[in-house]
Parts: sequence; structure tokens; C-alpha cells
Amino acid sequence: MSKMIAIRLTRLVVTVIVVSFVTFVGVNVLPGDPVNALIPIDAQQDREFVEQVREEWGLNDPMVVRYGRWLGDAVQGDLGRSLITSQPVTDEIIHRLPITLELMAVAVGFSLLIAVPLGAFAGYREGRRSDRLVSGFAQAGLSLPVFVTGLILIYVFALKLHWFPAVGWNRLSDGLGPNLKSVALPALSLAVTEIAVYTRVLRSDMIATLKENYILSARAKGLTDRFILFRHGLRPSLLTLVTVVGLNIGFLIGGSLVIEYLFAIPGLGKRLFSAIQQRDFMMVQAITILITVFYVVVNTITDLTYMVVDPRIRRTN
Amino acid sequence: MSKPSGGTWAPSVLRRERRGPRNAEQMFPGSSGKSLFGKMSWLTRFCTVWLILVILAAALADLIPGLPDPNYQGFVFGDGKTNEGPTASHWLGTDNVSRDILARLIYGARVSLIFAFSLVTIGIIVGGTLGSIAGYFRGLLETFLMALVDTWLSFPALIGLVFITTMLGMRNLVVLVLVGAVFVWPSYTRIARATALSVSGQDFVTAARAIGTSRKRILVREIFPNVLPALLAYSLVGLPVLIILESTLSFLGLGVEIPTASWGGMINQARQDLLINIWPAVWPAVTLFMTVYSFNNLADWVRTQAAARSAAI
Repeated sequence: MSKMIAIRLTRLVVTVIVVSFVTFVGVNVLPGDPVNALIPIDAQQDREFVEQVREEWGLNDPMVVRYGRWLGDAVQGDLGRSLITSQPVTDEIIHRLPITLELMAVAVGFSLLIAVPLGAFAGYREGRRSDRLVSGFAQAGLSLPVFVTGLILIYVFALKLHWFPAVGWNRLSDGLGPNLKSVALPALSLAVTEIAVYTRVLRSDMIATLKENYILSARAKGLTDRFILFRHGLRPSLLTLVTVVGLNIGFLIGGSLVIEYLFAIPGLGKRLFSAIQQRDFMMVQAITILITVFYVVVNTITDLTYMVVDPRIRRTN
Repeated sequence: MSKPSGGTWAPSVLRRERRGPRNAEQMFPGSSGKSLFGKMSWLTRFCTVWLILVILAAALADLIPGLPDPNYQGFVFGDGKTNEGPTASHWLGTDNVSRDILARLIYGARVSLIFAFSLVTIGIIVGGTLGSIAGYFRGLLETFLMALVDTWLSFPALIGLVFITTMLGMRNLVVLVLVGAVFVWPSYTRIARATALSVSGQDFVTAARAIGTSRKRILVREIFPNVLPALLAYSLVGLPVLIILESTLSFLGLGVEIPTASWGGMINQARQDLLINIWPAVWPAVTLFMTVYSFNNLADWVRTQAAARSAAI
């Protein structure tokens, strides 16, 4: 077990280094010179000055040297300064990260709250009309792009009914009520696809679990359906769901980028978007690498949870 | 504690055994002599018809008589109005710069479909080749390739796509497909490799080896043809995802450059004026949803058909 964890952690570190290097190279190879973002256009004709700035920011060193320097600073929590605002990138990330995390956490929590009972019920009623209804809705939810869901919600609940704000964000420090109001629609937009995915996964696992003999013996003991379904059936059926929740984090990150753009939420995704457009290389680099690291770490944790929950996987490995 | 719903408890498997197969088709799928289309539910039939319609319209857009130019802004020349409702010349009305919505939908379908189908083709060719080689030849190459694939897959694709498409100055369909290909090949490689691995152990591969067939010929004649069905099945699931991806990029303003019509771009443009005229947003949204849903529904149908067939064997 501990050997497995060690292997996973080594792989994690290697992946993080490789991915951050690829991103670093990618940011620096693509068209657009960071110097253009640093100094005004009229000063760009002054070759001596340009050279001086390049030297100052270390832009003339080989890529590997610059990556090594960046990584060394990054490990100590220094992600460099924004090329546009000259503010430390770390500060900005700390300022914006909670917003994106809250958005994603509320979306996942809400999805699980809806999908677990729905998926379990659909699996229990396999092939019946209620199952076909749930599965049909799940398939429809899967076919709705995040931005379409978001627009529908904005139109109905913000523009027509005025229940929620259409755009913008209230921080938790502005009070719980306003905060929940601003997180509701964006999180719900993200949740629709998640609910569809989770429900389908849990339904098919539930169908398999309910065919096990111990379910039959529980039934023979005279336990009620609901008790069997949620106490005996649910736990072994949750395994795949756990993995899918972890794997879907990548989708959720992409989704929150779109949702933050649509709802004008000042989260990490929106900042990344504007940083890319401003050619703010330091910012792009830091946020992209952070997202990737987050994604890889979540996947590793998912794998480890999986092993902890299911002893059979520990043995086969 | 009451039961979650009415009816007696019966785990699905027991129910089915008690009832038994209702007809020959259930017992031996494919034996009834019905056509594929005849075996579909009405919903799946509708989806198939819709997809054929969309594909035909996109392919033959230039030949459709009377279809207006998708970029023609009538109000500039004084012969059209903005935000018009349905009329004889504009069946679905016009958008906020007086372009014909139906024409833009049809030309937008072309962008979505070319993007999705090209990427699937690239995925099958590149991923299928690399995966088959890795799964059949094994060795150091496999280790290296799969490590690369695993690392690649741990990168959130949408972030990468947004990043590259913004950095690139010009964005036409060819560039978009090429950038997309960077993120599409790893998953195909992984599936091809897993399938090639299991195919390699089959008797007919051993037999081919025994009669002295070269390894290269086995790869081309035995392995790849057997890897292909798995890749095609995956492609059907991948198509709707790619269509959503293209529309999302267009919605973010990072798809094909304006004024080229695309569903996501149409929705993005219409969202500014939702309260004035909602239809320029509704039509592309509905078209997008129906197309993606149809692909998903068809993919599910193919999967149940395949499962029923393998269960019967």
C-alpha cells in the first residue's frame, strides 16, 4: 500500500514538472514578444532600451535556465510579477482562487445532492417508465453546452423573474445572502452537465450491484426496499462515481472558465482569459500551471481514495 | 420505513428472467430481418433523420436554391430589417445586423461538422496507428508513448485550446482543426493500444505468426482492422463532445473568425440583445442541442445494440 502511494506520488511530481515545462515552453514559443507587453509602443523602436529591459527581466537567457529560475521561485511561493500591472502574481491568485473554488465546490455538492438519489432510484427501477424518464433527462442534460444552460438560466431567473443577479459577484465577506445569490445561477449551470454524468454512472453501477446475492439475502431477511437500496446497495455502487467526480474536475475547470466569462465573475478563469488576451505571460504561465497541478493532484487523490475504499484494487496492484 | 415507490420488489434481473424474452428479436438480436432503421425507437429514428438533414444541408449549402448569403446585411443596402420575425424570404427571421438566421445556421453547421469529423478522422488515423504499434510491438516505445499520453491527458484541454487559439493571430477552420488535433490524439491512442493489446493475444494473430507472416503485415492486416471498430465506437461518443467544444470556442470568440457563421458565435452575438429579440439566440441553441442530443442518442443506441448482440453470442 505505502509502495503504491510512493509510486503515485513520484508520478505526480514527474507529471507536474513535465506539464509545467511544456506550458512554460508553450507560452514562450507562441507568437508575441513579452517585451511588447512591458514597454509602450513608441519606446519599442529604441533598441538599446529594449535590450536593457530584456536583460532586466532575464528574457535573454536560454529557456531551460529561465524555467529553472521560475520553478525555484515558484516552489517558494513566488510566481513572478504581472507584466501588465507589475503586481505579484501570487497575490492576485490568492485573491481570485477562492471564488473559482467556491463555484466548483457548490456545483459538485449540488450535483451530488441531486444525482445520488436520482441515479440510485433509476437503477432500482431499471427499464420502467420512471427509469426511462430519468435516463432521458440525463441524456438531454449531457447534450446541453454549459454556456447554453447558463444563458437559459440568466434569461429566465435574472432577466425575466429578477430573482438572481445576471452578472457579477458578491464575496462571502459581503454577507452570506448576497454571496449565495451570486453563486446560484453559475453553479447551477455547471451542475446540469455534472448531474447528467453522475446519474448515468450511478444508475449503471446500481443495476450491477442489485444483482448481487447479498442484496437478495437482505431482501430475504425482510428489510425494506429503501433500507436495502441506500444501506446495502449504495456504498458499493459509489466507487465509479468517486472516480468520475475526480476525472470530471478537468471538465469543470474548463466549464468554470466559460461560466466566469458568461457571468462576468472575477475568478481565476476570467483572469486567465484576460491575461491571455493581454499577453501577460507571467500570469498565463502561473494560472495554467496551477490549474494543471490542481487537476493532476485531484486525480491522484481520487486514485488513492479508490484504493482505500475498495480492498480488491489494493490486492490486484 | 415505506418503499421508495409502489409495486413489489423485484431486482431487475429476476423480473426479466421471470418474463423471459418476448419475441425472437429479443432472444436473437439481428434475426428478425428488420432493417436497422426499423429496430429504432421513434426518438432514435427522429434523431437519425435530423442528423441526415443537418449533414445534407451543411454539405449542399451552396446548392440550396433561394438560400440568402449568410453574411449579407440587408439593412446596409436598404432592403432588409434587423431583428425581423419570420418572413417569406427569411424563414427564421434576421439577426441584429439583419443577416438571415437560417442561412447562418446552415453555414454554421458546416463549421461544426467539418471540425468534429476532421478531428475524429485525425484521431482514428494518428491514435489508431500509434496505439496499434504500441499495443502490438510493446517494449520501450510503448512505455514512452503511454507516459506521454498520460501526461498529455492530465492537461485540461479547453484551457490549452483557449490559450493557443488566442495566441494565434489567424483562426480559420484548418488552424482550429490542427490545434484541436493536438488534444485529440492521446485518448484515441490509449483506446487503440488497449484494444491492440487484447487483439494481440487472439488465436488468429498466433496463427498468422505461425505461417510466417511478418510483424509489419500482421500489424496492418490483423491488428489495425480489429482495433478500428473500437475507435469508431469511441468516435461516435466523441463527435458530440467535439461539436460542443467548437461551439464553446466560438462562443468565447475564439472559433472561426467573424463574420464566418458558427452556432456558438451566433449565440454570443445574440446574447447582448436577449430582451429585445431572443430568437437569434434560440434558433442556434436549439439546433446545437438537437444535433448534440441526436449524436448522443445514436451512440447510446449503437452501444445497446452491440451489448445485446454480444450477450446473444
